[in-house]
Amino acid sequence: MSEQQATPASGPKVKKFMFVNRKAPYGTIYALESLEVVLITATFDQDVSLVFIDDGVYELLKGQETKGIGIKNHSKTYRALDGYDVEKLYVDRASLEQRGLTEKDLLVPVEVLDTEEMGQLMAEQDVILSF
Amino acid sequence: MLHIVNKSPFQSTSLQTCLRMAKPGSAVLFIEDGVYGATSGTSAEAMVRQAAGAIKFYALQPDIDARGATGKVMDGITLVDYSGFVDLTLEYSTSHSWL
Repeated sequence: MSEQQATPASGPKVKKFMFVNRKAPYGTIYALESLEVVLITATFDQDVSLVFIDDGVYELLKGQETKGIGIKNHSKTYRALDGYDVEKLYVDRASLEQRGLTEKDLLVPVEVLDTEEMGQLMAEQDVILSF
Repeated sequence: MLHIVNKSPFQSTSLQTCLRMAKPGSAVLFIEDGVYGATSGTSAEAMVRQAAGAIKFYALQPDIDARGATGKVMDGITLVDYSGFVDLTLEYSTSHSWL
Protein backbone atom coordinates (compact mmCIF):
# COMPACT_ATOMS: atom_id res chain seq x y z
CA MET A 1 0.00 0.00 0.00
CA SER A 2 1.30 3.49 -0.71
CA GLU A 3 1.93 5.74 2.24
CA GLN A 4 1.40 9.39 1.50
CA GLN A 5 2.48 11.91 4.07
CA ALA A 6 0.81 15.19 3.12
CA THR A 7 1.89 18.09 5.27
CA PRO A 8 -0.04 21.35 5.29
CA ALA A 9 2.07 24.52 5.20
CA SER A 10 1.87 24.85 8.98
CA GLY A 11 -0.33 23.50 11.76
CA PRO A 12 -1.17 20.21 13.47
CA LYS A 13 -0.33 16.67 12.41
CA VAL A 14 -2.09 15.32 9.33
CA LYS A 15 -4.54 12.61 10.28
CA LYS A 16 -5.40 9.41 8.45
CA PHE A 17 -9.11 9.43 7.60
CA MET A 18 -10.84 6.32 6.35
CA PHE A 19 -14.29 6.37 4.81
CA VAL A 20 -15.91 2.93 4.93
CA ASN A 21 -18.59 2.34 2.31
CA ARG A 22 -20.66 -0.78 2.73
CA LYS A 23 -23.97 0.09 1.12
CA ALA A 24 -25.26 -0.12 -2.44
CA PRO A 25 -26.12 3.14 -4.20
CA TYR A 26 -29.62 4.58 -4.71
CA GLY A 27 -31.64 2.25 -2.44
CA THR A 28 -30.49 4.35 0.47
CA ILE A 29 -28.77 7.74 0.60
CA TYR A 30 -25.61 6.56 2.40
CA ALA A 31 -23.41 6.18 -0.68
CA LEU A 32 -24.13 9.72 -1.84
CA GLU A 33 -23.79 11.20 1.65
CA SER A 34 -20.43 9.48 2.09
CA LEU A 35 -19.18 10.96 -1.18
CA GLU A 36 -20.33 14.43 -0.17
CA VAL A 37 -18.49 14.20 3.15
CA VAL A 38 -15.36 13.05 1.31
CA LEU A 39 -15.50 16.08 -0.98
CA ILE A 40 -15.75 18.42 2.02
CA THR A 41 -13.04 16.57 3.95
CA ALA A 42 -10.74 16.86 0.94
CA THR A 43 -10.55 20.60 1.52
CA PHE A 44 -8.82 20.00 4.87
CA ASP A 45 -5.70 18.36 3.36
CA GLN A 46 -5.80 15.21 5.44
CA ASP A 47 -4.66 11.72 4.45
CA VAL A 48 -7.88 10.25 3.06
CA SER A 49 -8.60 6.65 2.08
CA LEU A 50 -11.89 5.35 0.74
CA VAL A 51 -12.66 1.69 1.20
CA PHE A 52 -15.49 -0.26 -0.39
CA ILE A 53 -16.62 -3.43 1.35
CA ASP A 54 -19.70 -5.67 1.11
CA ASP A 55 -22.42 -3.94 -0.95
CA GLY A 56 -20.23 -0.81 -1.05
CA VAL A 57 -18.41 -2.34 -4.03
CA TYR A 58 -21.62 -1.82 -6.02
CA GLU A 59 -21.13 1.95 -5.67
CA LEU A 60 -18.25 1.70 -8.16
CA LEU A 61 -19.98 -0.44 -10.77
CA LYS A 62 -19.72 0.84 -14.36
CA GLY A 63 -22.72 1.65 -16.48
CA GLN A 64 -25.09 3.21 -13.96
CA GLU A 65 -27.98 4.74 -15.92
CA THR A 66 -30.36 6.40 -13.48
CA LYS A 67 -32.83 8.34 -15.64
CA GLY A 68 -35.49 5.70 -15.16
CA ILE A 69 -35.54 6.06 -11.38
CA GLY A 70 -35.40 9.86 -11.31
CA ILE A 71 -32.27 10.04 -9.16
CA LYS A 72 -29.08 11.82 -10.18
CA ASN A 73 -26.25 9.51 -11.19
CA HIS A 74 -23.53 10.37 -8.71
CA SER A 75 -21.13 7.60 -9.74
CA LYS A 76 -19.21 9.89 -12.08
CA THR A 77 -18.04 11.85 -9.06
CA TYR A 78 -15.76 8.95 -8.10
CA ARG A 79 -13.79 9.71 -11.26
CA ALA A 80 -13.37 13.34 -10.22
CA LEU A 81 -11.88 12.52 -6.81
CA ASP A 82 -8.27 12.66 -7.93
CA GLY A 83 -8.89 16.32 -8.74
CA TYR A 84 -9.46 16.72 -5.02
CA ASP A 85 -6.28 14.81 -4.17
CA VAL A 86 -8.34 11.85 -3.00
CA GLU A 87 -6.60 9.03 -4.78
CA LYS A 88 -6.57 6.12 -2.37
CA LEU A 89 -9.50 3.89 -3.19
CA TYR A 90 -9.46 0.33 -1.91
CA VAL A 91 -11.86 -2.51 -2.59
CA ASP A 92 -12.30 -5.70 -0.58
CA ARG A 93 -11.49 -8.73 -2.74
CA ALA A 94 -13.85 -11.09 -0.94
CA SER A 95 -16.77 -8.68 -1.46
CA LEU A 96 -16.09 -8.56 -5.21
CA GLU A 97 -15.91 -12.33 -5.46
CA GLN A 98 -19.10 -12.87 -3.49
CA ARG A 99 -20.87 -10.68 -6.05
CA GLY A 100 -19.28 -12.22 -9.13
CA LEU A 101 -17.39 -9.00 -9.90
CA THR A 102 -13.83 -8.13 -10.86
CA GLU A 103 -11.84 -4.88 -11.07
CA LYS A 104 -12.84 -4.69 -14.73
CA ASP A 105 -16.45 -4.04 -13.68
CA LEU A 106 -15.47 -0.90 -11.77
CA LEU A 107 -15.49 2.63 -13.12
CA VAL A 108 -12.28 3.86 -11.46
CA PRO A 109 -8.86 2.36 -10.81
CA VAL A 110 -8.72 0.85 -7.33
CA GLU A 111 -6.39 -1.23 -5.26
CA VAL A 112 -7.93 -4.58 -4.36
CA LEU A 113 -7.03 -5.74 -0.85
CA ASP A 114 -7.48 -9.07 0.80
CA THR A 115 -8.99 -9.33 4.28
CA GLU A 116 -5.66 -9.21 6.09
CA GLU A 117 -4.52 -6.11 4.20
CA MET A 118 -7.84 -4.31 4.66
CA GLY A 119 -7.80 -5.04 8.38
CA GLN A 120 -4.27 -3.73 8.61
CA LEU A 121 -5.18 -0.54 6.78
CA MET A 122 -8.10 0.00 9.15
CA ALA A 123 -5.87 -0.49 12.16
CA GLU A 124 -3.61 2.33 10.96
CA GLN A 125 -6.32 4.99 10.79
CA ASP A 126 -6.81 7.94 13.14
CA VAL A 127 -10.42 8.63 12.19
CA ILE A 128 -12.93 6.22 10.65
CA LEU A 129 -16.27 7.33 9.25
CA SER A 130 -18.62 4.57 8.25
CA PHE A 131 -21.60 4.90 5.95
CA MET B 1 -49.06 -13.80 -3.79
CA LEU B 2 -46.65 -11.22 -5.14
CA HIS B 3 -43.55 -11.04 -2.97
CA ILE B 4 -41.63 -7.80 -3.38
CA VAL B 5 -38.00 -7.78 -2.27
CA ASN B 6 -36.22 -4.43 -2.06
CA LYS B 7 -33.05 -5.33 -0.16
CA SER B 8 -29.80 -6.73 -1.47
CA PRO B 9 -29.37 -10.41 -0.49
CA PHE B 10 -26.05 -9.48 1.11
CA GLN B 11 -27.48 -6.70 3.23
CA SER B 12 -30.47 -8.54 4.66
CA THR B 13 -32.02 -11.99 4.94
CA SER B 14 -35.20 -10.75 3.27
CA LEU B 15 -34.67 -12.70 0.04
CA GLN B 16 -33.60 -15.85 1.83
CA THR B 17 -36.59 -15.87 4.18
CA CYS B 18 -38.96 -14.90 1.37
CA LEU B 19 -37.83 -17.85 -0.74
CA ARG B 20 -38.14 -20.15 2.21
CA MET B 21 -41.78 -19.17 2.68
CA ALA B 22 -43.11 -18.39 -0.78
CA LYS B 23 -45.50 -21.03 -2.08
CA PRO B 24 -45.28 -22.54 -5.57
CA GLY B 25 -47.27 -20.45 -8.01
CA SER B 26 -46.36 -17.18 -6.34
CA ALA B 27 -44.13 -14.50 -7.85
CA VAL B 28 -41.12 -12.61 -6.57
CA LEU B 29 -40.41 -9.10 -7.86
CA PHE B 30 -37.00 -7.53 -7.24
CA ILE B 31 -37.03 -3.74 -6.88
CA GLU B 32 -34.60 -1.09 -5.61
CA ASP B 33 -31.52 -2.70 -4.02
CA GLY B 34 -33.28 -6.06 -4.28
CA VAL B 35 -32.35 -6.22 -7.97
CA TYR B 36 -28.82 -7.27 -7.02
CA GLY B 37 -30.42 -10.61 -6.12
CA ALA B 38 -31.41 -10.97 -9.77
CA THR B 39 -27.85 -10.70 -11.09
CA SER B 40 -25.76 -13.66 -12.21
CA GLY B 41 -22.54 -14.86 -10.63
CA THR B 42 -23.29 -13.98 -7.03
CA SER B 43 -23.33 -16.20 -3.97
CA ALA B 44 -27.11 -15.69 -3.90
CA GLU B 45 -27.67 -17.08 -7.39
CA ALA B 46 -28.13 -20.68 -6.26
CA MET B 47 -31.10 -19.94 -4.01
CA VAL B 48 -32.88 -18.09 -6.81
CA ARG B 49 -32.17 -20.86 -9.35
CA GLN B 50 -33.46 -23.45 -6.96
CA ALA B 51 -36.77 -21.64 -6.54
CA ALA B 52 -37.15 -20.74 -10.20
CA GLY B 53 -39.17 -23.82 -11.12
CA ALA B 54 -42.00 -23.17 -8.71
CA ILE B 55 -41.84 -19.38 -8.52
CA LYS B 56 -41.90 -16.72 -11.24
CA PHE B 57 -39.17 -14.11 -10.87
CA TYR B 58 -39.37 -10.52 -12.06
CA ALA B 59 -37.06 -7.53 -11.75
CA LEU B 60 -37.77 -3.82 -12.19
CA GLN B 61 -35.69 -2.69 -15.17
CA PRO B 62 -35.16 0.97 -14.18
CA ASP B 63 -33.63 -0.21 -10.88
CA ILE B 64 -31.40 -2.69 -12.76
CA ASP B 65 -30.19 0.03 -15.15
CA ALA B 66 -29.59 2.57 -12.39
CA ARG B 67 -27.20 0.16 -10.65
CA GLY B 68 -25.19 -0.72 -13.75
CA ALA B 69 -26.58 -4.26 -13.76
CA THR B 70 -28.04 -4.16 -17.28
CA GLY B 71 -26.83 -7.29 -19.02
CA LYS B 72 -26.01 -9.02 -15.75
CA VAL B 73 -29.52 -10.33 -15.07
CA MET B 74 -29.92 -14.08 -14.57
CA ASP B 75 -31.74 -16.13 -17.19
CA GLY B 76 -35.30 -16.86 -16.29
CA ILE B 77 -35.97 -13.49 -14.68
CA THR B 78 -38.47 -11.32 -16.53
CA LEU B 79 -37.76 -7.59 -16.64
CA VAL B 80 -40.68 -5.24 -16.15
CA ASP B 81 -41.11 -1.47 -16.19
CA TYR B 82 -43.22 0.54 -13.71
CA SER B 83 -46.39 -0.18 -15.62
CA GLY B 84 -45.51 -3.89 -15.57
CA PHE B 85 -45.06 -3.56 -11.81
CA VAL B 86 -48.62 -2.28 -11.56
CA ASP B 87 -49.86 -5.13 -13.75
CA LEU B 88 -48.25 -7.64 -11.39
CA THR B 89 -50.02 -6.16 -8.39
CA LEU B 90 -53.31 -6.59 -10.23
CA GLU B 91 -52.53 -10.11 -11.35
CA TYR B 92 -51.68 -11.28 -7.84
CA SER B 93 -54.42 -10.20 -5.47
CA THR B 94 -52.11 -9.90 -2.48
CA SER B 95 -48.63 -8.37 -2.18
CA HIS B 96 -46.05 -8.88 0.53
CA SER B 97 -43.35 -6.20 0.64
CA TRP B 98 -40.40 -7.74 2.41
CA LEU B 99 -38.83 -4.64 3.92
